[in-house]
Amino acid sequence: MAEAAIELIGINKSFGPVHANRDINLSVERGTIHGIIGENGAGKSTLMSILYGFYHADSGEIRVGGKPLAIHTPNDAIAAGIGMVHQHFMLVDNFTVIENVILGAEGEPLLKTSIARARSELQRLEREYGLEVDPDAVIEELPVGLQQRVEILKALYRGAEILILDEPTGVLTPPEADHLFRILGMLKAQGKTIVLITHKLREIMAITDTVSVMRQGTMVATRRTAETTVEELAELMVGRRVLLRVEKGPAQPGEVKLSVRNLTVKDSRGVVMVDDVSFDVRAGEIVGIAGVAGNGQSELMEAIAGTRRAESGTVELDGRPIDVTGHADPGELRDRGLAHVPEDRHHVGLVLAFEEAENSILGYHDKPEYLGGPFLNLDAIHADARDKIAKYDIRPANDRLKTANFSGGNQQKIVLAREIEQDPGVLIVGQPTRGVDVGAIEFIHKRLIAMRDAGKAVLLVSVELDEIRSLSDRILVMFAGRVVGERGPEATEGELGLLMAGVEKREAAE
Amino acid sequence: MSAPFAKLPRWVDYGLIPVINLLVAFLVAGVVVLLVGENPFQAAGILVKGAFGKGQNIAYTLYYATNFIFTGLAVAVAFHSGLFNIGGEGQAYIAGLGVVLVALNLDAVLPWWVNFPLAIVASALLGAAWAFIPAILQAKRGSHIVITTIMFNFIAASVMVYMLVGPLKPLSSMAPQTRDFLEGAQLPRLGWLMEAIGFRVRSAPLNVSFLLALFMAWAVWVLIWRTRLGYEMRTYGFSARAARYAGIGETRIIVIAMLISGGLAGMMALNPIMGDQHHMSLDFVSGAGFVGIAVALMGRSHPAGIVPAAILFGALYQGGAELAFDMPNISRDMIVIIQGLVILFAGALEHMFRPTIQTIFATLSPRTMGVPAAKGGGA
Amino acid sequence: MDALVQILDATLRVSVPLLLACLAGLYSERSGIFDIGLEGKMLAGAFAGAATAAVTGSAWLGLGGAILTAVCLALVHGFASITHRGNQIVSGVAINFIAAGSTIILGQAWFAQGGRTPSLEGPARFEAITLPGAEALRDVPLVGLIYAELISGHSILVYIAFLMVPLTWWVLYRTRFGLRLRAVGENPAAVDTAGISVTWLRYRAVIITGVLTGMAGAYLSVAQNAGFVKDMTAGKGYIALAALIFAKWRPVPAMFACLLFGFLDAASIRFQGAEWPLVGKVPVQLINALPFILTVVLLAGFIGKAIPPRAGGVPYVKER
Repeated sequence: MAEAAIELIGINKSFGPVHANRDINLSVERGTIHGIIGENGAGKSTLMSILYGFYHADSGEIRVGGKPLAIHTPNDAIAAGIGMVHQHFMLVDNFTVIENVILGAEGEPLLKTSIARARSELQRLEREYGLEVDPDAVIEELPVGLQQRVEILKALYRGAEILILDEPTGVLTPPEADHLFRILGMLKAQGKTIVLITHKLREIMAITDTVSVMRQGTMVATRRTAETTVEELAELMVGRRVLLRVEKGPAQPGEVKLSVRNLTVKDSRGVVMVDDVSFDVRAGEIVGIAGVAGNGQSELMEAIAGTRRAESGTVELDGRPIDVTGHADPGELRDRGLAHVPEDRHHVGLVLAFEEAENSILGYHDKPEYLGGPFLNLDAIHADARDKIAKYDIRPANDRLKTANFSGGNQQKIVLAREIEQDPGVLIVGQPTRGVDVGAIEFIHKRLIAMRDAGKAVLLVSVELDEIRSLSDRILVMFAGRVVGERGPEATEGELGLLMAGVEKREAAE
Repeated sequence: MSAPFAKLPRWVDYGLIPVINLLVAFLVAGVVVLLVGENPFQAAGILVKGAFGKGQNIAYTLYYATNFIFTGLAVAVAFHSGLFNIGGEGQAYIAGLGVVLVALNLDAVLPWWVNFPLAIVASALLGAAWAFIPAILQAKRGSHIVITTIMFNFIAASVMVYMLVGPLKPLSSMAPQTRDFLEGAQLPRLGWLMEAIGFRVRSAPLNVSFLLALFMAWAVWVLIWRTRLGYEMRTYGFSARAARYAGIGETRIIVIAMLISGGLAGMMALNPIMGDQHHMSLDFVSGAGFVGIAVALMGRSHPAGIVPAAILFGALYQGGAELAFDMPNISRDMIVIIQGLVILFAGALEHMFRPTIQTIFATLSPRTMGVPAAKGGGA
Repeated sequence: MDALVQILDATLRVSVPLLLACLAGLYSERSGIFDIGLEGKMLAGAFAGAATAAVTGSAWLGLGGAILTAVCLALVHGFASITHRGNQIVSGVAINFIAAGSTIILGQAWFAQGGRTPSLEGPARFEAITLPGAEALRDVPLVGLIYAELISGHSILVYIAFLMVPLTWWVLYRTRFGLRLRAVGENPAAVDTAGISVTWLRYRAVIITGVLTGMAGAYLSVAQNAGFVKDMTAGKGYIALAALIFAKWRPVPAMFACLLFGFLDAASIRFQGAEWPLVGKVPVQLINALPFILTVVLLAGFIGKAIPPRAGGVPYVKER
């Protein structure tokens, strides 16, 4: 019973300079539900991809059922009885359920007998595990919860004894998630081993037997779920990192510059990503939105900045509405004093193929100071770019260099310089120091504080809790599309970690 | 996709790799020549002489190059906005109607230096109009612009055949072409320019539209790299998401880019119709729209590369004509093969030689490869 | 009545190269590889077929030569699109030019007849086949005429072409290969995670495209015509592409689309210059342009949405 279904020993994996998995040891007991929890970028998905044969570990050993096994391709993993339910479903949308299930496991060249066989097998699996779904339904017509069942059926059909589920409840409604847990329970009862990757503590506590915590590429701890608490896990997950505290005086918030009311945003699949969110940002304060990536912060930012349509709700800038549910024009918003440092500087905030000077006017290229009639006033543009380079210590100090050749930190400075120097009333910033080295981080943080001290309203979105705690005057925590709590900057990591992991604090206790 | 796009020095990217692509294209063409039973080196020699040997030949080369400059610029402008305009052939063809409209109505009344600007406007307008529907369909309905422009090429051919065997054909003649233009619609030749430098030119059809082509090359450069519109087009061409972020309207860019592209392709019609034949006949475009694709790819969509690339293809056309005399087995169609090979190697396979070249450079001169990455302080 | 049967007869014949090219494109595009180069492959196949048949005196060897040539070009396209993940449109355009130029040059060089190949006679050409009982049944009213004129009397490639339709349908919807092919054009990642090689699957699709376009070309020059004539495809490859889109990438509608386009072609020849009830004389060029106009209208979404395979034209990069 205490036999290990899977053992990972000393797994290392790097992607270039990024050491995604450092010397990971993991042992999953047969017939249990084993949770792996961690923030984004902790390395969970990479680890599971190695187990599933998608990536190849740089070093380390994998053992399945006690025997060492080389897993080079998904086929090897499947043959070893490992099945994966991906976060983004690997389904063919215009195929039926049964066609998706047999894809790759047809068994013979002609479909007729494969499908007949699959049909009866599927019936059995569905009954046994509560995975009812119409085998002839077309995937794209099924709700997301049922689509996920198909993913699970795919794995079971191939004889998976070990099931890996990657962030399975991200796209499910709470009732659907509960149903999933019941199914997992049934699978476990039948002797299957389940590995559940998630960042949601509630789920871990609800159904896992054991939980391993990953942080920044390492396996930090493993506990029996019954023997630990959410507080402990939250702290392990979020960790004690070096605090980069910035010197700052107290905030002096003024009038409301940005007002968000009942904002709801859906993604392209119709899943609600931002759920009835309301908050204000005042002049002279930094409001930080904390949360693990994927809980709606990105969509929230994009909706306010006008690059994504919202479903419903209102946003007001300086008391006047922004057409968030219709045709918001980022250009117009800039004119009204809203600046936006996007999360994705490579594909959105910058055009990497452009020269530095060209990127330093992106979004503001229609301003008269950069133009001479229909022509670009190159002298003015270059002078301005050099100005910013000096002011923000952007290196190399070459405004004609292709932006792709700047390091991450300097690229971010280019974006920041551009947005800040326009002297906006409101600045929305997403992941300002992602992929940025320590020296630049301090510089950027100081700049943001300076903005706040100059009476600007700053909305900061970051997955780095330290950053949020260091910079924000007020902290809003987002989980599953809702603001689940507001705290001051004196809030502890543990407290915030709990909120971020979806644990509601009961008002009575505490 | 990280390693293959590690840094190579700029001259390699813009100079060496295109040259290698071209060389490989010619190598393969040489094989075809062998298959035909001729000597590739001999053929090459005749080709070069035929293109540049005499003043007359150079003039012809430049005459053909004029067509390709226009169509190459057309494709390039669209490329910068991320669009593949294969419709240059049809746009140029339809533009002929504009030229003819001016020429047939005003050739007896106004001098060439009034009719020329009018014809420029007319041809550009019609070429742009022919590009408009594919543009709108792409922007509003997501219809793939490559397929719609190909379709419009065929529709243009049908329209023009109809016009040339019907309404535009003088009743007295059998040939599917318009009547000959009078002096007012004949563009002056440029032979005198070359004779001033000491070449004997005789009757080559090199005419003022060549100067117009050069001017448009400069104008396109100004547009793409010196105007706000050009900036917006390039932004959208590189990253539609960044363009959205920057407040650049997608529909607006697609339509404007295609209108300009169609207009440039349309201007091509001036050269053969008003500059050479002095009438419009069937298929006066004769493939120039497609050569434009090869020219744009070879010239990396930059006017400074397009003009030489156009001259190269002009040389191939002219030299090819001479070659067809001496080696009857190798006709003009050899150019079509080379054109296809250039498109293949400069377009679809443009990165094929990159890894090998990178390895060579890495071993010979690691420093020029920018190894290690930019080590600015604090970076 | 006679006239109708004659037009239908002509329709069948004219539709064959369209049908073969269209089915060829279907395999390729269903697997996610856009192929604008159907025209070039068909042309090259036509030339190679006629040349081989002329030299060997055998129509079947001609067919083989056609297929071989088209497959080679298809592999070039595959190499550029799949292995090098290049721009598929550019690659297709390039192949069209290479084929166009080569067929003329080589034709002139090898046969010295102004770009044509020598006229094919006897066993070097696919002759019309009279089906059993056709002559006997000819006088049976309606059915006999249809059997004798419409169904009997075509060369073998015609029958093969139309048999390709149910065959393709069967392959696509009843075999494992077809399932995987359709999957890889919609979601290559799903195929990859199921442990199937995306590359090999796409290469196979591209090879089938070569085979079918080669057959289309051979039909033109070794069956319908008695030899190769320069530019003999005259845009059929693009019309086949238009038919494919019109048929929304399905085999049986593809057949009807090709028949429709073929009918327009046959009718336009028949009715050239004739008067129509309301409109008067319709210019033949308008009828010639109809397939292309129809395609544009379709693409504009007016005849329902034409949704191509989702992964079409996008090189597959195994990225996470």
